[in-house]
Amino acid sequence: MSDVLARLEGVSRIYQKGKEKVEVLHALDLEIPDGDFVAIMGPSGSGKTTLLNLLGGLDKPTAGTVTVGGAELSSMSNSQLSNWRSNHVGFIFQFYNLLPVLTAHRNVELPLLLTSFSSKERAKRASIALDIVGLADRAKHYPRELSGGQEQRVAIARAIVSDPSLLLCDEPTGDLDRDTADEILRLLQVLNKDHGKTIVMVTHDAQAAEFAKRILHCDKGTLEAMEAA
Amino acid sequence: MKYFRLIWKNAWRKKIRTLLTILSVFVAFLLFALLSGIGYAFKGGVDVADAERLIIIHKVSLINLLPISYQNRVASTDGVESVTHATWFGGYYQDTRNQFPQFPVAPQEYFDMYPEFNIPNEQFEAFKRNRTGAVVGQELADTYGWKVGDRIPIQATIWSRADGGRTWEFDLEGIFSSDDPRGSTALLLFQYDYFEEARAFAKGTVGWYILRLGKGADAVQVARAVDAQFENSPAETKTSTEAAFAQSFMKQYGNIALIVTLILGAVFFTLLLVSGNTMSQSVRERISELAVLKTLGFTDRAVLGIVLSESILIMLMGGLLGLALGWVIIQGLAQKMAGFLPGIFLSPGAISAGIAMMVAAGILAGIFPAFKAMRLSIIDALARA
Repeated sequence: MSDVLARLEGVSRIYQKGKEKVEVLHALDLEIPDGDFVAIMGPSGSGKTTLLNLLGGLDKPTAGTVTVGGAELSSMSNSQLSNWRSNHVGFIFQFYNLLPVLTAHRNVELPLLLTSFSSKERAKRASIALDIVGLADRAKHYPRELSGGQEQRVAIARAIVSDPSLLLCDEPTGDLDRDTADEILRLLQVLNKDHGKTIVMVTHDAQAAEFAKRILHCDKGTLEAMEAA
Repeated sequence: MKYFRLIWKNAWRKKIRTLLTILSVFVAFLLFALLSGIGYAFKGGVDVADAERLIIIHKVSLINLLPISYQNRVASTDGVESVTHATWFGGYYQDTRNQFPQFPVAPQEYFDMYPEFNIPNEQFEAFKRNRTGAVVGQELADTYGWKVGDRIPIQATIWSRADGGRTWEFDLEGIFSSDDPRGSTALLLFQYDYFEEARAFAKGTVGWYILRLGKGADAVQVARAVDAQFENSPAETKTSTEAAFAQSFMKQYGNIALIVTLILGAVFFTLLLVSGNTMSQSVRERISELAVLKTLGFTDRAVLGIVLSESILIMLMGGLLGLALGWVIIQGLAQKMAGFLPGIFLSPGAISAGIAMMVAAGILAGIFPAFKAMRLSIIDALARA
């Protein structure tokens, strides 16, 4: 591991729920080196997803700074964050979140619509991404025609198609059976090892966390290293 | 354009719902096309009215007649270049449904007054020579398949003949056209002299006068001067522009413009409710998908544009189909009703207005759902999903 890709310094996140203030993250410091594969575990409401949202520029900290790839996200406007996300980060969700009206190929191509690539180039890159996740033969299938594991592979292809340095996975195997979950996790390992993607994965599943290089435990807004893989 | 597939696919997410919405838009714009086309016929006369001509009618109403003796007095009024007259004959051809304007006129004067009417010289000379001769506009000749040399019997509804008959027969001596494509040529003109001699009553009268203003003459002053001459006479006059005359003539049928506006207003208001509801439902159903688009890097504006474009696309699909069918029907109506209501026409202006209305309706129907999509919080939407 080399340079630090993402750094959180003194990050707090407080939500207003009615009249009550809820502090989800408290003065959190975290460094994620380039090429790391981190699993974040912890009970529900511990702040795991909030941490992921901050790293992905979907949310802003109440205090502290979030820096990813040299860009300080906390000071960016919404449209700057949109632009940054499209270039630097890929998201993988528990329920895949594919667009049901588009084929697998078109779903994968979606992030490339935000680039200046020609339609031919977009198609080529989407095909490569589908090939990497082993679904080249399912390109013309709609999400409803795919299994859960295949849908998640398409979602992974969509996450990597614009070649981001950081992949953020929110319970990527939470909706899958054990065998399929392991396949997806092995794919994430390949993306980490062979393609150099830095991966931050939130999970409840201890077995899933084993696939990461290191595991962090999140509880009551603070992080604690559990073990090194 | 690179978002078009996404917009298209989203528009057809619920096929039946989209089809029903398109159908309602289709019906609205079909109605728009038909009413515009028919409305055009009612205001066609107003649009082509010549600002250099004035019309003199009886002060009481168009139905009341004016003495023929007024012509010379009007002609001698300052600012008047020339004067002619016409009278509403009100007959029909073969069947009461075949009604169209027929005017007894002084041929040379009338054609001098309306230089936009073109007729071959030999036909015009033949018309002038033949006491029972008549000329018709090309539109009318096409409708009834008349050709020069035909004998045309017109049944009178007002003007019975001195011999007690109600059938007036005319020799078709010529067919005229108009330089102005918007002006109707569904018109039959015949000799006033013949009419005057053969009618049973009201001899020595005409329906209205048409005067041409001299160069530099002030229309208002000339109108006042003409009317002043006949003040306190048994037949006082009212002089106005052709536009005002055409409008007052059309008001006999009711305020067509108001009726058209009210019908279209009601239709489009309903349309906005229907399509606005469709778009709201559509956005509600895919909150999480919109959040995913934003997560991938689509900006708030891009999401706003995608939802608005979808709304406009649905309007255009239904609206263009409605306008297209309306255009076809209007073509048919224009031919079938050329005699009774000439000038039915779906103008390029109406088509442009229709397309502008589609876009405007699309924006209005989609603006609130689009704003909702734009302001969507990614975290909240994903958490709800």
